[in-house]
Parts: sequence; C-alpha cells; structure tokens
Amino acid sequence: MNVSEIQTFEHDVLVIGAGGAGLRAAIECSARGLNTGVISKSLLGKAHTVMAEGGMAASLGNVDRRDNWKIHFRDTMRGGKFLNQWRMAELHAKQAPERVRELEEWGAVFDRTPDGLINQRNFGGHRYPRLAHVGDRTGLELIRTLQDHGVHQGIHFHMECTALRLLLDGGRIAGVAGYWRETGRFVLFRTSAVIMATGGGGKAWNVTSNSWEYTGDGAALAYEAGAELMDLEFTQFHPTGMVWPPSVRGTLVTEGVRGDGGILLNSKGERFMFDYIPKRFAPETADTILEADKWPDDPSARRPPELLTRDVVARAIRAEVQAGRGSPHGGAFLDIASRRPAESIKRKLPSMYHQFKELAEVDITTTPMEVGPTLHYFMGGIRVDADSQQTNVPGLFACGECAAGLHGANRLGGNSLSDLIVFGRLAGVGVDAYLSDLSATPRADDTQITAAFREATDILNRETGENPYLMHEALQDVMSTNVGIVRTGPELQTAVEQLKALKVRAANLKAPGTSQYNPGWHEALSVKSLLIVGEAVARAAYIREESRGAHTRLDFEGEREECARFNVVTKKGPDGEMQVEKVERPEPPKELAAIANATLEELEGGQLE
Amino acid sequence: MSTRTFKIWRGDSHGGEFNEYDAEVDEGMVVLDVLHRIQALQANDLAIRWNCKAGKCGSCSMEINGRPSLACMTRMNTFGPDEVISVQPLKAFPVIKDLTCDVSWNYEQNKRIAPFKPKPRGRDGEHRMYQQDVDRVQEFRKCIECFLCQDVCHVVRDRGRKDAFVGPRFMIRLASLEMHPLDDDDRVPEIKKEYGSGMCNITKCCTETCPEHINITDNGIIPLKERVVDRYYDPLARLARLFAGRKVRTKTRSEEQSR
Repeated sequence: MNVSEIQTFEHDVLVIGAGGAGLRAAIECSARGLNTGVISKSLLGKAHTVMAEGGMAASLGNVDRRDNWKIHFRDTMRGGKFLNQWRMAELHAKQAPERVRELEEWGAVFDRTPDGLINQRNFGGHRYPRLAHVGDRTGLELIRTLQDHGVHQGIHFHMECTALRLLLDGGRIAGVAGYWRETGRFVLFRTSAVIMATGGGGKAWNVTSNSWEYTGDGAALAYEAGAELMDLEFTQFHPTGMVWPPSVRGTLVTEGVRGDGGILLNSKGERFMFDYIPKRFAPETADTILEADKWPDDPSARRPPELLTRDVVARAIRAEVQAGRGSPHGGAFLDIASRRPAESIKRKLPSMYHQFKELAEVDITTTPMEVGPTLHYFMGGIRVDADSQQTNVPGLFACGECAAGLHGANRLGGNSLSDLIVFGRLAGVGVDAYLSDLSATPRADDTQITAAFREATDILNRETGENPYLMHEALQDVMSTNVGIVRTGPELQTAVEQLKALKVRAANLKAPGTSQYNPGWHEALSVKSLLIVGEAVARAAYIREESRGAHTRLDFEGEREECARFNVVTKKGPDGEMQVEKVERPEPPKELAAIANATLEELEGGQLE
Repeated sequence: MSTRTFKIWRGDSHGGEFNEYDAEVDEGMVVLDVLHRIQALQANDLAIRWNCKAGKCGSCSMEINGRPSLACMTRMNTFGPDEVISVQPLKAFPVIKDLTCDVSWNYEQNKRIAPFKPKPRGRDGEHRMYQQDVDRVQEFRKCIECFLCQDVCHVVRDRGRKDAFVGPRFMIRLASLEMHPLDDDDRVPEIKKEYGSGMCNITKCCTETCPEHINITDNGIIPLKERVVDRYYDPLARLARLFAGRKVRTKTRSEEQSR
C-alpha cells in the first residue's frame, strides 16, 4: 500500500463526531481562524444529540430568580456524589447561561415564559426550574441550531466517515486514519490536533436508549493512543425507558414527564418512590402525597420523590419489579394522564405522545406508560484537563459524553446538553492555545497508517470467520448479565474473563461482501471499540468496592468514606494489558468546598461569597 | 411469531433487483427490526441508514410498498397477514447501495440559505419573544430532515426540477427564518427567485407524508407565497410601502452582487 496514493486532507484540527459537543467545538475552532475538519459516522444532523428531550440546565433565573451558578454547582456535585472534578463543575455552572443565550443568538427558539424570556422546567436533582427547553425535543433544536450556524463558518464537514486509528509522532497527535462508509475507501487526515466528541458506549448493553453509533469509539481510539480513561464504572441507567413492545425496549421516556407532574406507580397503584428517599435528600424531598401534590404551586412544598436523581429512581423501579409489584411487561407505571389535562400533555410532551401512540399504540393522555431502566449515559470517559479539555496525549482533546469529570458518579438530567456547549467551546479554546505553542508540525510515519488500513481490510479478506452481528450480541449478553444496574465482584470477574474470550474470537471476525457501504464490516470494526470499553467498565466497577451514584455493588452496600478520595483511572499498560488504578483526588479549593456544603438558605440569600 | 416475506431492492448506481427474504417476525416489530434481522442472519452487507429508531432523527427513510416512510415507525401489524412487503430506496435521489441514496443535494440547498440574522438585544440584554409568536416557527423546527417530503414533491421527483425549486423541506426552513420574530433579514426576494416558491402547486403530498405532522403547505409554503404576492403583485401594497418610505429589497442577493 502506497500512502501517497491515499486521499489526504490537511487540517489544523479534526473533530471526530458531529453531535452537540463536536459541532460546538468545530464552531469555536473555526471562529479562531483554524482550518477545521469534522468527521461523523452518520449524516450531519443525525447524531444522538437529537434524542435528548428534556432540556439544557443553566441558572438563567428566568423562572425562579433565586437560582444562581452556585446552586447549580452544588446540585451537580451532590448529584455526582462528590466525585466530580470540582473545576469542571464550576466552569459548567458558571458558563452554561452564556452558552444558552448564544444559541438564541444563532436562531434557537426555546419555549418562552409569560414575559417573553427563555422558559425553564423542573428536573430531577435541580433545585429550581433550570432547564431551557423546546417541548420535549430540545436536542433536535440544539443540533439544528449548531448545524445551520456551522455550515456558514467555513468548517469542512466529512460525512459518513469513520476514524480507525489516531496517528502519532513521538507521542503527539499527527493525524487520523479513516474510511468512507459509502465507498469503503481509505482516507488520511493530517492534523496536529484532534477533538474527540464521539459520545458514549451504550451499545455494549442490549437494553439501551443509545443508537448504533454509541460504540465507544472515542474512548477506545484514545485508549489505544495512550490516553487515560476515568470513572468508567459509572454508567447511568435512565429509570424510564419504554419496556413494551420488545422492539423499542430501552427507548427513552423523558424525565420531563416527571418534571411536568408525572408520578410512578406499582401494580398495586402505590406511589412507591416515598419508600426510597435517601437520607441525603430527605430534608429536600416531600414525604407525603399531600405535600408532593402541592408542588410546585406552593413554594413551601418540597419536591416529590419521583424527581430524585436517576440512580435512585432506577434502583427503586428495579426493586419493585423484583418484589413482584411490577407492571405486566416488567416495569413500573408512569402516569401523567390522571395528573394533567390532555391538551397540556400534548403541548408540553409532543414527542412522547407521538412515540407512544405510534410505537406502542398507547395514548398517554388517557393511559399510564410502562417504563423501566435503560442504559443511557456514560459519566466516565476520556480523562481531560478541566480548563483545556486536553488529555495526557499532547494534541488530543475530548469533550461531551466521551470525556469524564463533570458528572462524577451520576449525572443530573439536563446537565449533558449544557456540558456539550460549555466544554465543546472550551475544547476549541484549548486546541487554539495548544497549536499556538506548537513549534514543529508532527508527521505520522507510513508504518502506522498502513497498519491501520491492513487491520481493517483483513476483516473483508478472510475466507471464513465469526459473524460480527452475533459477536456484538454475545458481548451485549455479557455486559447485561454481569455488569448491569446492580453488580457483584464475582459477576464482574466473570465479565472480564468472558470479554477476554470474546476478544480472541473477535480477532477472527469476517464481513462478507465488498467494502462499499457494508454494514457488516462497519459492525465488525465497532465491536473492537466495544470490547475495549466493556472491559474498562467491568474492571473499574470491580475495583470500586462501594455503592455510589450510578454504581451499585450488592457485595458492598452504601457509600464508603475512603472511596470518596479517589477516581478510577484505566489505561493501556506497556505489555498491552489494561491497567486500572485508584488515583487520589486533589483537595478542592476552599471556596468551592464551602459552596458545595452550604445550606440552600445561605446560597439563596447570597450570604456566601 | 410468524414468517413474513420481504422483497428488498439490492443493487447500486449501476442497477439492481428485488431479492426475496423470509424472516421471523415477533409481536410489536417495525419494518426496521425485520430489516435488521435479515441483515444479521441472511444479508450481512445489506446497506441501510438508521440511527435513533424512534422517529426522531429521520435517517431510515425508504419506500415501503411504494409509500415513502420511516422504517422505524412502520409497524408490521399495519400489513395484511399474507402481504409481501417490498422495500426500496427513495426514488427522488441517486441510489448509493441497496436502501441508501445520495441525499447531498439537500445539504447543498441548506447551505445556500442565508444564515439567521438576529435583531439587537433589548436594553436589559435579553431577546424577548412571546410563546404565541414562536408557536408557528417551532412547528417548522420540528423537522427531522428525513427528506420524505422532498421524495414525494412532484417538482423534485416527477419533474426533476431540482434546479428551480428547493423543495418542501427548505421552504419550511425558509418559513422558519422568515417568520422568526428575531430575524432581521428580508428573505422574500430569494424565496421567489432563488428558491422557486412559485413552482409549488399545492398538491399537499408533502404535508401528508410528513412523519412529524408539520402542516408544510398550509402553514409554511402558502404564507410564503402570499408574502411574495404582496411584495411583487399587489399594486396597493407597493404604493403604501412607497409612501411609508420603508426600504424594501426587491432584488435578490445574487442580483445585487452581480451589479
């Protein structure tokens, strides 16, 4: 293979992924005068961001003036069970309002308050109505706004293009080897900086709200290039996925249903969430139906327990089902029909109305929905510097879901869309600074490039081999059985062993047909990423011997003080084996620790500076 | 569970044919589920675009029994028990392989549309818009870009006039800008001359096919046509504008640039 004959693009920076984070990062890079390329596995505007429903969290204070960045910061840290990176949670809470206003400047049309400002809705774990939203299709609004703004910024979009390997020169980023999905031809991007914005790896489980694109490519490519991964044991199971019919099992039902008054019931018609209020949240949660029903109209009423954080609600639903009080298809009932008038449901939750009507033949204005936990989000991912979003590999940056740090042990709903725009922008700023300091342009040697392409073509050229689709299913079985919503040490060890065995078999994957638009081949290539990510989740979950946030160990119940002092970091060892270690957390800055531990009265009254 | 017969178009830009597949179908499945099962077990290299599988991304557009549809939203129980289900790519765009086609023309049209041009913020630093004023624009912004409306549009599909008309998708994109309370640009000249609002003869096929139930024709295209008529063909309104002294751009951007 002659590298000079391969189609080659030269960019200052290449963004991998065109969801909210990737587009925002690309817009920032381009605005700073960088020659910016974007590659995406799908067509532009189809990224998984479109699935985000509820809204983006920012303390604009439009609905409740008492809100401010400190309370948002405090909510985020408490939701993340104090494993978040302090600086990231601070930057996020401070910068989110400006990023949301900027979207409006670019044409986004959020729902309005009566006096014409951006409206904000309540959501689990957020003290005040904080989520700027557009009905229940906020993600689509975000992606379309960035897309329509981005196409006029001189960004080079390369659609339906997949990255195979990061290319290095003396440990620095020098380019990316990839291929066009449409033709199967190889392509080379020479670039000194790469921004990963590839999302999570939910496709390692069989019940997930994630689309096929969520195969953990960013984490896997970064890992192979020597980057550290962090917090991978924290995989969020969203409490409300559809459970029926089977073909849509896992598809998300927005938390907005509960934010707008929906309640959870078991098969006996009981509002069971009152039985599952954790101590930490007890002072701020209503403990009687009478009080919960007064919320939000009566400002003295505390929040209903249905709006507790996602980890709590997901485990509660699972426990009810296990106790034999589940709905007919193994979930719980989510009822908005008896709580709000039909017209209001259709106006505030149009996509949900539509989704249930067309996919499950259920009218949510008259009938409760059946819902259950679904793998939804990776809190963990590529370890980055909080301010620049740079990894330990010079020139490699990461933002959005594929990066770790903001959400700690559990993410609050609404904090991911704001994550995308805050850290997407900061990654662009970080790249600009990195490139200005770079004295010589790194150059990838031909050996790496040809090796990447040869490995990919082997899958097509084999005479016989394993079916990539069935291999993917086998991997999903391992993860769903052994690395689920509750975990045990022996099961996690089993998962690691079984994944190792799958890895051996995966070396012999075979995709029949040519390289032109061949989904079997694409599937085979993504199985490789999923195996890396799956193993990293299982190993990280094994060494965290406690239950915290989204990570629940049956053999280690409850949070343990000593476990709050470290994050779990995963990287590729010199022998090629995966290494997992506990890395001590730095002491928080005094001011931030004070805010996180303050009472609401202190923060609302502005007594704490 | 039952066995159903699918006829799937297999081929590329050089040609192709319908191949027959028998597949097991479970309760509650949609067409996309069955296609995935066929792909996993019988045709590993069957090319399909899809993403969200919940009618939100508009990727799995194809023609199912001749009807432009999203495969993820077409339930198997909508077909008769012995009905053979035929699946082929959208006809209005060049085929790439099997069920995928080249929709890049749409992305080119989008890029031609001048960007949103916001009015300055109010004195308090805020943009104020009221819900009743944004309802209509929000309807247009529900569009998931599945391009089914482009596929059924007579101007695009049957008459092949991609040179003269941007199609329903981009008429509503223009409407979402033109009716945006904050947009300060005058878009009427382009809507008439560059994007061909006059080409649409209001057969409403686009509205009928829209999976998001956007009232493309009545709420989007017709009001744009009315604005064009007001500007170019209504002598009284022209006179009134003349006396009111409002500066109205009647030339398109490209005409101004070529002067």
